[in-house]
Amino acid sequence: MSDKHIDEFSGVATTGHEWDGIKELNNPLPRWWVWTFYGTIVWALAYTIAYPAWPLISSATTGMLGYSSRVEVRKELDAAEAAKSDYVAAVKAKSVTEIEADEQLRAFATAAGAAAFKVNCIQCHGSGAAGSAGYPNLNDDDWLWGGKLDDVYLTITHGIRFAGDDETRVSEMTSFTDILTGDQIAEVSAYVAGLSGTASSPDLAAKGAPVFAENCASCHGEDAKGNRELGAPDLTDAIWLYGGSEAQIAQQVRSPRNGVMPAWGARLGDTTVKELAIFVNSLGGGE
Amino acid sequence: MVSQADVERLEAEPVNAAHNRQPLYAPRKKIFPKRASGNFRRFKWLVMAITLGIYYLTPWLRWDRGPFAPDQAVLIDLAHRRFYFFFIEIWPQEFFYVAGLLMMAGIGLFLVTSTVGRAWCGYTCPQTVWVDLFLVVERWVEGDRNARMKLDSGPWSLNKLAKRISKHGIWLLIAIATGGAWIFYFADAPTLVGEVVTGAAAPVAYSTIAVLTATTYVFGGLMREQVCTYMCPWPRIQGAMLDENSLTVTYNDWRGEPRSRHMKKAIAAGLPVGDCIDCNACVAVCPMGIDIRDGQQLECITCALCIDACDATMDKIGKERGLISYATLSDYNANMALATGGGAHAVDPKLVHTPEGKLSQKVADFHIRKIFRLRTFIYLGTWTLVGVVLLYALLTRDRLEVNVLHDRNPQFVTLSDGAIRNGYTVKLLNMVPEPRTILVSIDGLPGAAMSIIGMEEATGGQAAISVEPDRLKTLKIFIRQPREEVAGPAVNFRFVVEDRASHERDEYVATFNAPETSR
Repeated sequence: MSDKHIDEFSGVATTGHEWDGIKELNNPLPRWWVWTFYGTIVWALAYTIAYPAWPLISSATTGMLGYSSRVEVRKELDAAEAAKSDYVAAVKAKSVTEIEADEQLRAFATAAGAAAFKVNCIQCHGSGAAGSAGYPNLNDDDWLWGGKLDDVYLTITHGIRFAGDDETRVSEMTSFTDILTGDQIAEVSAYVAGLSGTASSPDLAAKGAPVFAENCASCHGEDAKGNRELGAPDLTDAIWLYGGSEAQIAQQVRSPRNGVMPAWGARLGDTTVKELAIFVNSLGGGE
Repeated sequence: MVSQADVERLEAEPVNAAHNRQPLYAPRKKIFPKRASGNFRRFKWLVMAITLGIYYLTPWLRWDRGPFAPDQAVLIDLAHRRFYFFFIEIWPQEFFYVAGLLMMAGIGLFLVTSTVGRAWCGYTCPQTVWVDLFLVVERWVEGDRNARMKLDSGPWSLNKLAKRISKHGIWLLIAIATGGAWIFYFADAPTLVGEVVTGAAAPVAYSTIAVLTATTYVFGGLMREQVCTYMCPWPRIQGAMLDENSLTVTYNDWRGEPRSRHMKKAIAAGLPVGDCIDCNACVAVCPMGIDIRDGQQLECITCALCIDACDATMDKIGKERGLISYATLSDYNANMALATGGGAHAVDPKLVHTPEGKLSQKVADFHIRKIFRLRTFIYLGTWTLVGVVLLYALLTRDRLEVNVLHDRNPQFVTLSDGAIRNGYTVKLLNMVPEPRTILVSIDGLPGAAMSIIGMEEATGGQAAISVEPDRLKTLKIFIRQPREEVAGPAVNFRFVVEDRASHERDEYVATFNAPETSR
């Protein structure tokens, strides 16, 4: 750098460095560029004074303008709450059937219920509410405890066989292992499968009819149409909670599974439960 | 021959003069373009009037579309996602028309550039048009070239201050009007103008005006030719589109050289004398501040004002017009070969002039055939093809459409009687500004029944749906097929929508899903 090298073509001094024979001209920066650069520095300093910036030991400077992103978020959340407060109040005050009748309120409750469903219900009933073995499909038209809005509302509020709720819906399918013989179980299973037309042998099914009348009709009814008071399933339709094959039916007769649904009323609050009931009803299976 | 003394001699040096190159980071050399007059100047006035007229007035044109649509002829309705252009209404999914127009603009640029050169730059580019307008103001306030130069170099006085303030004031008014006109394309213009004045318009309207005012003022008033030379990519691209048969503004040095300021002395001394008397008028009028006699340059926007200036001089000294002219490189080369004896020696005026000083018969004249060649016709053909396809698509497009989204979760539901039910979200697009009753039915699914959420009476094979004008209606439709009719895990069928009144119909092939075990 001791002696300045002047580029002979441009007449401009070079920086004195050389890379593989290439030298860099030491042209000045354009003035507008330099001033823009200084401007950004001034801006940056002013910004850090105006807004929270400099880190301290346990916090940071708060800034002259008193800006806080947490406060902003709180404001936006409050505004969102306020914007829907009228609807929420209406949902709170009205019964599910009244909400259903009000088109605007129904649309609001459906959307709110869909959101609540995604958080609380899809773990068992699936994201499309289609259920799986042991977990009812909420889209179809078969309901163990009733598919009217009030029924669904009650089910969600108090749950099914949920120990923590006094008003929960309770019923229990007895285990018939000790009551019926193995043959009888095979016969009654064939009979039940036959009710929806999938029995393996008509003879076996015919033998199962008296077994059914004696042991099962008290809950599932003479015609096997079930009993919603007891949550006893309709055995004549095409929908099976634990599977409709003879083996699956026999399994349920021998060692029945009795699914549990928690009571959501206390956990989510009445408003959310109403919204959930409206949403479930909107799936197309409501009665 | 008229005496040369009658011709005003101008001291004008081009900004990019070869003998006086500026260093890379030099302050701008001020340009004081002199007023030109002639055919090209008149043409530029005309183009300016038309383009500015279109820009400022279009939003105020009305177009009756009935009671359910805005009556503004050209309206970009961002809030409702509609674009209205006279009798055409475009929905967002039809935006490909704009893509088609951009293709036409691109090919059109190839076509124009390959024939008449950088006509876009010289006449219709917004930068050119607004700079021209700003120059008119400058000339009106401060006077023509010499007066402006004098004012600029003179000391600050009350007079200078007054002139500068009025000039910049008028420039700002034009800039505000320019920014203001832009926003009227996006809302009802008469309503918006009232809102803007009373301060009731949306903040985005004011910020748009502010940004466009700033850019118009800075680009058109302060930066001018620097935008073309340093910022604009078009000169680079357009230069690549030219070939030897494209028209460019050309100084015909085969006829002008050797130029001579003192023609009589030169003739007396027996020196060869060309037609150029070096009056510098071409440099003085150039808004880009260049000397066309240095040959083709990046800076030249081919506005042809130098042609007007030179023709005026040629008229004064009694020479033929066209020393500077629109010419093709092929003509230029032929004439150059003629003037130099095939390149054997320097330009000899005697070879291209008759003894009377007129141009020789051997000089090649421009002929319009030259610019129409295979390349041009390919551009023209492609451009027309795109245009015809667009027009065909526009004239035959659907104004009634149905879009169907099949529920994916769950894909199907088994009902208690064994029937299978599928859910669909069906969107009816009524793309005319009139209310319509649209019949929705399904076809190709034996025994199937349709039910629409929220419509008790619609259960069955067909439903009549009333759709608001120019709106989309979303329906939730359930299709239910009895167990014994289910034909397989995935069966195609059609949603059919129909407007009995206009006989328009549209179909959508949807799929009906069922469990693998069915059938």
